[in-house]
Amino acid sequence: MKKLKLVMIGNGMAGVRTLEELLKIAPDLYDITVFGAEPHPNYNRILLSPVLAGEQTIAEIVLNPLAWYADNGITLHLGKTVTRIDRVRRIVHAADGTQAPYDRLLIATGSTPFMLPVPGKELAGVIGYRDIADTEAMIAAATKYRHAVVIGGGLLGLEAANGLMLRGMKVTVVHIAPWLMERQLDDVAGGLLRQSLVDRGLDFLIGAQTEALLGDGPDGTTGRVKAVRFKDGTEVPADLVVMAAGIRPNTALAEATGLHCQRGIVVTDTLQTVTDARIWAVGECAAHRGTAYGLVAPLFEQAKVCATHLAEFGIGRYLGSQVSTKLKVTGIDLFSAGDFMGGEGCDSIVLSDPQGGVYKKLVIKDDKLVGACLYGDTVDGSWYFKLLREGRSVSDIRDRLMFGESSLGDAGHQGQNRAAAMADADEVCGCNGVTKGAICKAIKDKGLFTLDDVRKHTKASASCGSCTGLVEQIIMATAGGDYSTAPRKKAMCGCTEHSHQDVREAIRKLKLLTIADTQRALSWRTPNGCSSCRPALNYYLISTWPKEAKDDPQSRYINERSHANIQKDGTYSVIPRMWGGETTAAELRRIADVVDKYKIPTVKVTGGQRIDLLGVKKEDLVDVWKDIGMPSGHAYAKALRTVKTCVGSEWCRFGTQDSTQLGKDLERALWRMYAPHKVKLAVSGCPRNCAESGIKDIGVIGVESGWELYVGGNGGIKTEAGQFFCKVRTAEEVMEVSGAFLQLYREEGWYLERTVHWIARVGLDSIKQRVLDDLANRKALWERLQFALDGEPDPWFEHEKASVDTRQFIPLVPV
Amino acid sequence: MSDWIQICRVDDIPVLGARRVRRPAGTDVAIFRTESDRVFALLDRCPHKGGPLSQGIVFGEHVACPLHNWAISLEDGQARAPDIGCATRFAVRVEGGAVSLLASELATLAVEEGADAAAALAAARKVIAIASA
Repeated sequence: MKKLKLVMIGNGMAGVRTLEELLKIAPDLYDITVFGAEPHPNYNRILLSPVLAGEQTIAEIVLNPLAWYADNGITLHLGKTVTRIDRVRRIVHAADGTQAPYDRLLIATGSTPFMLPVPGKELAGVIGYRDIADTEAMIAAATKYRHAVVIGGGLLGLEAANGLMLRGMKVTVVHIAPWLMERQLDDVAGGLLRQSLVDRGLDFLIGAQTEALLGDGPDGTTGRVKAVRFKDGTEVPADLVVMAAGIRPNTALAEATGLHCQRGIVVTDTLQTVTDARIWAVGECAAHRGTAYGLVAPLFEQAKVCATHLAEFGIGRYLGSQVSTKLKVTGIDLFSAGDFMGGEGCDSIVLSDPQGGVYKKLVIKDDKLVGACLYGDTVDGSWYFKLLREGRSVSDIRDRLMFGESSLGDAGHQGQNRAAAMADADEVCGCNGVTKGAICKAIKDKGLFTLDDVRKHTKASASCGSCTGLVEQIIMATAGGDYSTAPRKKAMCGCTEHSHQDVREAIRKLKLLTIADTQRALSWRTPNGCSSCRPALNYYLISTWPKEAKDDPQSRYINERSHANIQKDGTYSVIPRMWGGETTAAELRRIADVVDKYKIPTVKVTGGQRIDLLGVKKEDLVDVWKDIGMPSGHAYAKALRTVKTCVGSEWCRFGTQDSTQLGKDLERALWRMYAPHKVKLAVSGCPRNCAESGIKDIGVIGVESGWELYVGGNGGIKTEAGQFFCKVRTAEEVMEVSGAFLQLYREEGWYLERTVHWIARVGLDSIKQRVLDDLANRKALWERLQFALDGEPDPWFEHEKASVDTRQFIPLVPV
Repeated sequence: MSDWIQICRVDDIPVLGARRVRRPAGTDVAIFRTESDRVFALLDRCPHKGGPLSQGIVFGEHVACPLHNWAISLEDGQARAPDIGCATRFAVRVEGGAVSLLASELATLAVEEGADAAAALAAARKVIAIASA
């Protein structure tokens, strides 16, 4: 079959990334031709500043060497500017007469620097700051000349000024706004930034309005630039003027071709131009929902979506991105996101330590974080950005918000907050044992740009995420990623574009009863999902439609399929249930006999007051369960695990309530309860709290006049103290409130979301209202839970009823 | 000539599931069944940390290792990028609903890993014994 012809105009990062994504999924669909106006293959434009500063070379920032184009059969026209697109005959014309016919056309012309419309802008020595040629011109000027003026005190201007200064020039930054980087920083942070740059040797003219650039020719309007004159009549000497007053989408060609442009080439969610269905546009030249993005991460997202449509898969839509800013001037840490200025209806929390060079401002509106501006210490930037994006209520953590995520008890990176201060051998990610050196190496060798890329390749910050800030700092320093970003809506997994919330709602609304029906109704992209979405779907179905939806063991993780915990060597652990942590001599004897009979290597007491038998062979599981003769402890499941108790008033001289009895009653009422994640309870008989009720999903504490309930506690990666929920008089009320709370969690929680995170997402007040204030609703919830649990089997004994496929325990033996 | 040996019926393997095949020497072999009843066989050992692939979740024509969620292709045993590694493949024949493996492969393929380790251990013990004597 004859291949289709794809022509790409522009040879920059967004366009080439689109080709890379396309070649990955449809390598043989197109004959590809690329026109690049620059004489270079695709390089990392973000790293021009380090090249200017002398920290890297041009060869080091090339992303796709010429061999890459050749290997992929791409016809590459370097140094050829496209001047005309003939949309009727579908032919692209370049200035030198080169022609290329197309079936589909991809425009990725990027942007051009905005040149201030002042007299003298045509003089020699006046340049923008956009490409390798500009950078080389600056490097050359620095060897011959003394004075440089940079017009524009934004991100790009400051990087240019910093680089020129490091190359020995005397640099003045001219900035018309009242403070530097006014679109990313507030006045205080802008002032701190200026002071720190002044200390390094830069000069600033803030609020100065440029009137003209003067040349060294006889009448001052010709030759090479020699000075900049301002509206107030003053002049500063300048042998080089860099215009860094912003960029404009490069749409000249598109406009001449008759494509609809408004602040960029207007594209739909599939990156197709609205004018011509054969033409796509990605990158800085494209305007999506009114926004032309200038940062690399959103552009790469566009590339991915565009590639799937060019590949004729027709899946995926680009829905826009939220962006935050970081500055990559070495040694200055800066972060901002959202509405960091504040204003009407907003509160600001500010920490200011000018001497220590730290300034942080958080802007809060309606109990939500809406903006952040950090100077000097940015390690919590990604956490603030996450809060901002999720729009969760911060009322419960407001008093600790300023002190960062670590104040909420995260662990795993030894309290480090400056990646630059870490050695290559230092561990960044404690969960997966990834060192700083390993991350740097992966970024360089594999050409990674985004947090997601780094997570995929190194697993750093892919587990608990508490080192995300450090990893982002490393990406910034190594690859020059000057952003962090995320899609507005997080898809459940790669199989779908729908979020967990979308899927839960669809299952309820459409009364979906099987995984296959759900995947069909929601247009899953894969034939039968993946190891991430199938367990979630299975849980959503059985929790939404108990007694109707059928459990699918093949969609459960092995632990819930074999009803034991898999260990690193492929053996299993077995934890029998001991109600409320109480056992008997007969049970202990049976356990001891089983340990001997099946030669179980390790016996250990767990944190939840149970006995763990480790190293059981899979073939022995069914017999071990039978011989122990105790119910399943569900220590392997996303389900009710344990109710931990203290001895309470029955024995303890301080005990005020019978905590052991209540714990046993709770456990008997709630066992076999599957949930979005594991659920642990504790009951203490007095405020001395020996059962550690403060770090449980539900913690109950007996007091003289009744019981106090705490919810959302968690002793895991981030220690979370439970929040006070209510106080009740009787044990019956404890049961009903606990049951109703857990049922709401079961119905609303996203798979693998612990109670603490569910509460953070929906708000404790909303839960209190539905469980405590609305008595009828509380009863209804409690009844729904009892209905769901009624008659549920014990998987250790009722194999058939619990859909346990016992064939798994018997290995096949060839005869 | 060929030495196919019948292992089980296709129906003995759960859809989107697996069974383990025990052999006289060497690690078990895992046989998998996809949604469309294709059957594949791999050494029951993830190339990453040795997890038993037979215990993983089967999706499409991949299995997710139960230990660290590496996705291994059932077709060729390769780990899905960016992870790198390959699980040993075994030939499978399905005829009239019966699943067969090659006796010669069962007897020889990837059996030496365990044997080598055992031999090395024995040798090391001998050296220690001599040294301490």
